[in-house]
Amino acid sequence: MYRFVLRRLFSGVLLLFVITTVAYLLLYAGGGDIARRIVGPTASEAQVALKAQQLGLDRPLVVQYWDWLTSALTGDLGRSWFNGQLVSAGVSSRVSVTLSLVLGATIIAAVVSVVVAVWAAVRRGWVDRVVQFVGVLGFAIPGFLIALGLVSLFALNLKWFKATGYVPITTSFGGWAATVTLPIIALSIGCIASVVQQVRGSLIDALRQDYVRTLRARGLSFNRVVYKHVLRNAGGPALAVLAVQFIGLLGGAVIVEQIFALPGLGQITVAATGQGDIPVVMGVVVATAAIVVTVNLIIDLAQGWLNPKVRLS
Amino acid sequence: MIETPLALPAAAAKVSLFRRLLTHPTGVASLLVLLLVALASVLAPVLATHDPNTASLKDVLAKAGSEHLLGADSAGRDVLSRLLFAGQFSLAGALVALAVALVLGVAGGLIAGYYGGWFDSVSSWLTGLLMALPGMVVLLAARAVVGPSMWLSMMIFGIMLSPAFFRLVYASVTAVRNELYVDAARVSGLSDFRIIGRHILTVVRAPVIIQSAMVLGIAIAIQAGLEFLGLGDLNIPTWGSMLNDGFINIFKSPTLVLWPALVIGLVCVALTLLANAMRDELERSRGPVRKNRKAATADAAAADAEAAEKRGAAAVVHPDEPGDGAGELLLQVTDLGVGYDQPDGSTTHVVNHVNLTVRRGEVHGLVGESGSGKTQTAFSILRLLPQGGRITGGSIFFEGKDLAPLSEKEMTRIRGKRIAYIPQEPMSNLDGAFTIGSQLMEPMQVCLGISKAEARRRALALLAKVGIPNPERTFNAYPHQISGGMAQRVLIAGAVSCEPDLLIADEPTTALDVTVQAEVLNLLRELQDELNMGVILVTHNFGVVADLCDRVSVMQTGRVVETGPVRAIFNNARHPYTQQLLEAILEDTAPRGPLTATREPKELKGVTS
Repeated sequence: MYRFVLRRLFSGVLLLFVITTVAYLLLYAGGGDIARRIVGPTASEAQVALKAQQLGLDRPLVVQYWDWLTSALTGDLGRSWFNGQLVSAGVSSRVSVTLSLVLGATIIAAVVSVVVAVWAAVRRGWVDRVVQFVGVLGFAIPGFLIALGLVSLFALNLKWFKATGYVPITTSFGGWAATVTLPIIALSIGCIASVVQQVRGSLIDALRQDYVRTLRARGLSFNRVVYKHVLRNAGGPALAVLAVQFIGLLGGAVIVEQIFALPGLGQITVAATGQGDIPVVMGVVVATAAIVVTVNLIIDLAQGWLNPKVRLS
Repeated sequence: MIETPLALPAAAAKVSLFRRLLTHPTGVASLLVLLLVALASVLAPVLATHDPNTASLKDVLAKAGSEHLLGADSAGRDVLSRLLFAGQFSLAGALVALAVALVLGVAGGLIAGYYGGWFDSVSSWLTGLLMALPGMVVLLAARAVVGPSMWLSMMIFGIMLSPAFFRLVYASVTAVRNELYVDAARVSGLSDFRIIGRHILTVVRAPVIIQSAMVLGIAIAIQAGLEFLGLGDLNIPTWGSMLNDGFINIFKSPTLVLWPALVIGLVCVALTLLANAMRDELERSRGPVRKNRKAATADAAAADAEAAEKRGAAAVVHPDEPGDGAGELLLQVTDLGVGYDQPDGSTTHVVNHVNLTVRRGEVHGLVGESGSGKTQTAFSILRLLPQGGRITGGSIFFEGKDLAPLSEKEMTRIRGKRIAYIPQEPMSNLDGAFTIGSQLMEPMQVCLGISKAEARRRALALLAKVGIPNPERTFNAYPHQISGGMAQRVLIAGAVSCEPDLLIADEPTTALDVTVQAEVLNLLRELQDELNMGVILVTHNFGVVADLCDRVSVMQTGRVVETGPVRAIFNNARHPYTQQLLEAILEDTAPRGPLTATREPKELKGVTS
């Protein structure tokens, strides 16, 4: 078990290293073009060269990267080129907002999907067909359109929620809940649609297994067999699709944060992207990659818990 | 090519699939919507009443009217005209992403899957890397470097999407690569290029087309999202940038956001529904062969059963021998019928008018070839028929109570504790996610209401009793860590764990080695003696019948054709089918000599074990 965890941990760190390295090289490969974009098209060559020198872009890429990596390992991701703010501070203050949205949506999606999928897989018939059709719609309609719909219906027309703004959970739970409810719903709908399809499929497969009949023949009720045995066996594929969805939600959160004006990673990313503020963009990439690697690690461990064959091999 | 985007996947599809798609209602509807949108976009220069980019101060946020059919946006540009022209750019952008993803994914998947080697490992690893990143964040990061070009963004997104095709093609190719017909092609001297073209591309073509529709939808959505964030090229109209303008002005002109949202939603839904419709049709085109054969056998079985019914072939019943039938009557099945509801509303009968009695302490063999309905009869007594199956008639009296009409809840109380079941295939009947111990303890805790510690003690004792050498170790093991013979012993331990009155064993030794078979049969006999259970032993093996049974019912095409004490059946079989079965068996077991006494094998116990 320790070796299993260690192996996964090692491959996670490796993945993080590779992603950040590739991202750094691609982002900074522009060199002079980056400086040109910042000082503007009308600036002279001398101005561009000066800017490049100021930002350290005139050094060889490998030197720049080594510099960045050694600082990054101490937690220093540099400063924004535009407002001089520490990237680490800017990113970490916003990670919690994005994570609360994405985690909230994932948890809701997991719970709702399991309930709906069990319903569809056990009942079959028209229930199953309706679930499948709604699932296709939920999957097909882009998440930000759903977010737009929710804003105009519940915030602008019915005025049940505030359309924009954010209250930290540490200030007031009620205020926080009121500001994140619509974004979380918007994010979770597409996620639910995908996870339901997957869980339904694996449940139907698992329900056909011989051990289901045998366990029932031993006097366990159908519901008990479904919720304890079938669901656990269908859990592996469900977790895998949930991990994929989580990664997708990190992207979806960018747009949803913009619609609801939430101060998350998305907001800082969009601003930095528009300006070409590469240190900040790089900081966002590091944060995102770290989240992705952590989530994959958790999912791997959960898979090991669910499936003894994974753990013991 | 780019301007007639949506004809592309359809035209490339196998004609039969495309034709069949035309009979699929949602498929046709989606195709129509997509064709309409594509056509409107292509014909934008003809259809549009205004230039999509000409601003007009007097028309800022104009209401819908004769001048502007759908109104005008915040710069006074005509919404309808922009919508039409935006279609060109939005669709073309999505097609660029699709093209990049297709080329990279299909080519990479073919090479990696067909040749393997280092390219395989590198590309599979890269695929994993690409899938580990949220596309939107990558696009934003890339946007910081490459600027607002939609084409470049969509090419990068195409790279992000390529794993969708890579995985699909890779999986199909590795599955096909070692098929005999590919080997044959290789041996006959076809070049790799020809083999890939002829044998492998045909396999992946349909799935790739389906995936293309999905990917196109995703590309349209993400491109709209990017433009919606205001990070797109401001010089070209796209649905996403219209959405952005509409959202900024949502208070002043609420309908502005509606039109682009509708178009994007419609196109994305149509693409997904189209993909689903194609998948449905593809599955259906593979389905009929299997379906027809199944239906045919079902029909044949039903016809046989009906014919038997018409013949009025009543079962041959041998009278009880003196001294037999002393035990108290445990189970009396009368006139049992089992049927499966078919999609067309009819019912296929697999068990007809079956009568069966089991006394306490008696082993009743249920014999017949596969498909004769013996397992169905067993499942119906447990009321655990597979989906679609139901009891169509008759009664199942167990200790004076009819089980046929009982609710699921009442049946749950009887299963395990009163009637237990031993399955045929040991490994698939244990849940691989739980330890042997927990699977033994759980039913005991539920049925007998005992504590966990007590259940553990009993489970260990049971494992020892069924002859498992190291009960503690097996208790803690997972099913995949033990052998088939062990697993069958575990299942027997589970079946008798709540000391049932009736045990239904469904070919309990068929899946085991011959030596293990003998041991398991002995175990069953000992347990049956000790617990004084009634046993229904489903088998097709007359040797097993001779070993264990007191009474036999022979089943054929869903009916009992002959029933009686085992001695009478062996010595005096009257039904031609029974005689046939016996002849087939007796030839094999000639060294045993004439089978006259049922108790004889018991005396041989010491020899066999």
